[in-house]
Amino acid sequence: MLYALKIATRYLTASKAQTALLVLGVAVGVFIFIFMSALIGGLAEFILSRTVGDISHVTIEAEATDPAVLISPQGHVLAVVERGRTRTATLTEAETFLPLIAAVPGVTAVSPQITGAGFLTRGAQVSQVSVTGVEPGLESAILDLDGYMVQGSARLGAGIVVLGRTLADDLALSVGQTLRLQSSTGVTAVLTLGGIYQTGTGGMDRARAFVSLSTARTLFAMPQGVTRIEIKLRDLNAADATARRISALTGLDAVPWTDGAEQLMEALDAQAQTGYFLKTFALITIVIGVASALLLSTYRRRPEIGIMRAMGAGRGFVVFVFVTQGALVGLMGGLSGAALGYLALLPFPSRDAFEPGTLPMDITQGSYGLAITLTVIGAILASILPARSAARVDPVTAIGQ
Amino acid sequence: MSALLEVRDLVKTFGTGEAATRVLRGLSLTLEAGEMAALLGPSGSGKSTLLTILGTLMKPTSGSYMMLGQDLITAGDQELTIFRNLHIGFVFQFHNLLPDFTALENVIFPTAVREGRETTAARARGRDLLVRMGLEARIDFPTAKLSGGQKQRVAVARALMNGPELVLADEPTGNLDRESAMQVMDLIGHINREEGTTFLISTHDEKIASLCRRQLVVGDGRVTG
Repeated sequence: MLYALKIATRYLTASKAQTALLVLGVAVGVFIFIFMSALIGGLAEFILSRTVGDISHVTIEAEATDPAVLISPQGHVLAVVERGRTRTATLTEAETFLPLIAAVPGVTAVSPQITGAGFLTRGAQVSQVSVTGVEPGLESAILDLDGYMVQGSARLGAGIVVLGRTLADDLALSVGQTLRLQSSTGVTAVLTLGGIYQTGTGGMDRARAFVSLSTARTLFAMPQGVTRIEIKLRDLNAADATARRISALTGLDAVPWTDGAEQLMEALDAQAQTGYFLKTFALITIVIGVASALLLSTYRRRPEIGIMRAMGAGRGFVVFVFVTQGALVGLMGGLSGAALGYLALLPFPSRDAFEPGTLPMDITQGSYGLAITLTVIGAILASILPARSAARVDPVTAIGQ
Repeated sequence: MSALLEVRDLVKTFGTGEAATRVLRGLSLTLEAGEMAALLGPSGSGKSTLLTILGTLMKPTSGSYMMLGQDLITAGDQELTIFRNLHIGFVFQFHNLLPDFTALENVIFPTAVREGRETTAARARGRDLLVRMGLEARIDFPTAKLSGGQKQRVAVARALMNGPELVLADEPTGNLDRESAMQVMDLIGHINREEGTTFLISTHDEKIASLCRRQLVVGDGRVTG
C-alpha cells in the first residue's frame, strides 16, 4: 500500500494552504486537549498539595477501651469507671511496629507522636493549645515545619517549644524567650521558644505547639508508647491500599486520609469530569473538522476517483487513500498541537513551585502521547465516511463530470 | 484472427417506468484480436454506453458479453476491476489525467496501482511509452503544463501501459485540433500494427473513422452497418 500512501501524500501536498489550515485546526484541538489536561491535572495536584500535602496520609491511633463497669449478680450496675477526659488511649507497642511500617512500600516517613491539650502561660496571658510531641529529626516528616519557619529553627530538643506566628504574637513572644506550658494532666514545664512558623492556616498558627517527644512524655506522664503514628506516602492516591496493608501487618487501625475527605474527593472527581468533557469536545471538533475537509476533498476529486477506478484501482485502494490522508492529517496536527502545547506550558512554574496567583499548570500532565494517539484514531475514524463515499463513486458518472 | 470479444443481444435501459429509456436494443458485435475499428453514429445512438459496457464500467440490462473467454456479465466488481486493469485500456475525449501528477506518474498508474508501488520496471516502460509518443522532453512535466495534444498522447500511453488486448477510445480526437488529432491517430495506428492491440474508437469524424480498417455504425441501439 506504499502507492496509496504516495497518492494520499500527493493529494495533501497538492493543496498546501488547505492542508495547512486543516492541520492547524487539528493542532488547535490537540493544544486545547493538552492545555486542559495540564490545567486540570495541575489544579488537582495543587488542591491536594494544599489540603492534604501537609497532613498525615495514613494515621494510626490507639483505640479507646470501654470504661470498666461493675455489675451485680442481679444485673445492676454498681460502679462505672469514668473515661479519662484528658488521657487518650496509648499505642504501647509502637516501637515494635515502627520499622515494620517504615518498610511498607510507598511509605516515605513514619512519625510517632504524643498529642494532648495544654495551656501556654506568659505573665498574665494564657492560651489554650494543642500539643504535639515529635521525635527530634522528624519535625518535618509530616508537616513541612522547616519550610514554614519564619523565625528561629524547627529543631526540637529538650525544653524547646515551636509555636505558630499568631500564637507567638498573641503572647508577644520572640525566639529565645521562655514560657510555661501546663499539660492537661497538670504537669508544668518551662520551655524556651526555639522557632516560630507560619503555615497560613488559622488553627495551626494560633493553637498548636510542637515539643520533642521526650518533653511530651514528661508533660503527659507517658513514660512509654505514643498516642498516634502519622505516616507519609509517596503517592497520595495509594493511601487506601497502604492503610489496608498496614492494618493487616500490624493489627492496628490504620486510617487513610481519604476517610472523611469525601467532599474533597467529590470535588476533585467533578473537576476531572469537567476536564473529560472539555477534552471530548476538543476531540469531537477535530473529528468534525477532518471529516468535513475530507468530504469536500472527496467531492472535488470525484472525476479523479472515477479515472482511478477505470484504470483498475479497487474500492479498497480508494478507501486506503482517503483514510491515509485522515491519518496523516491527524498525525501532523497531533504532533504540531503537542509541540505547541508543550511550548505554551514551558513558562508556567513546575508542579513543585506553584504559587498563589498563577495558574497551577502541570507540564508533566499534558497527556501528550494520549492526545496524539486519540487524534490519529479520531482522524482515521473521521476519514472513514468520506473514504467510503469516495469508494462508492460511479466511475462512469464521475468521468462524465 | 480470433474473436477477442463477443457481445450478443445487449440491452441497456436507463430509468424505470414511463421514464425508462432504452439506449441499446439487442446490440450484437464481435471484435477480432488486432482489429482497429471505428464506432460511428449520431449523438445518443448508444456509442458511449456501448464503450462503457465493453469497458466493464457498467453492466447491461440483459445480453451476454464474453472477452478472452471470460463471462463479464456474471463477474463481480473486484473481478472486473482486475480484468479491466489487465486487459482494457481507456482513452477519453478530455484525456482525464490525474492533475497533481506528472506525465510519467500518470502513465504508470495502472501498473503501480496493481503492484502497490512504482517499480523500476514500470518506470522504464512508462518512459519508453512516452518516448514513443514523442514526449521525451515532457516525461516529468506536471500534466497541467502540457498542451491538449500532449495530454491526449499521455492518455494513450497510459492506456497502453499494462499491454492490454483492447483499448477503448471515446472521441479521442474530439477535443483536439486537426494536426494534433492526426498525430494521435498516427500513434494509435502505429501501435495497432506493431503490437496487435485492438482499438475500438468512437468518433463523429468521418476522416478519423476512415483511418480505421473497419467502420461500425450504431443506430437505434444496434449495429446497423
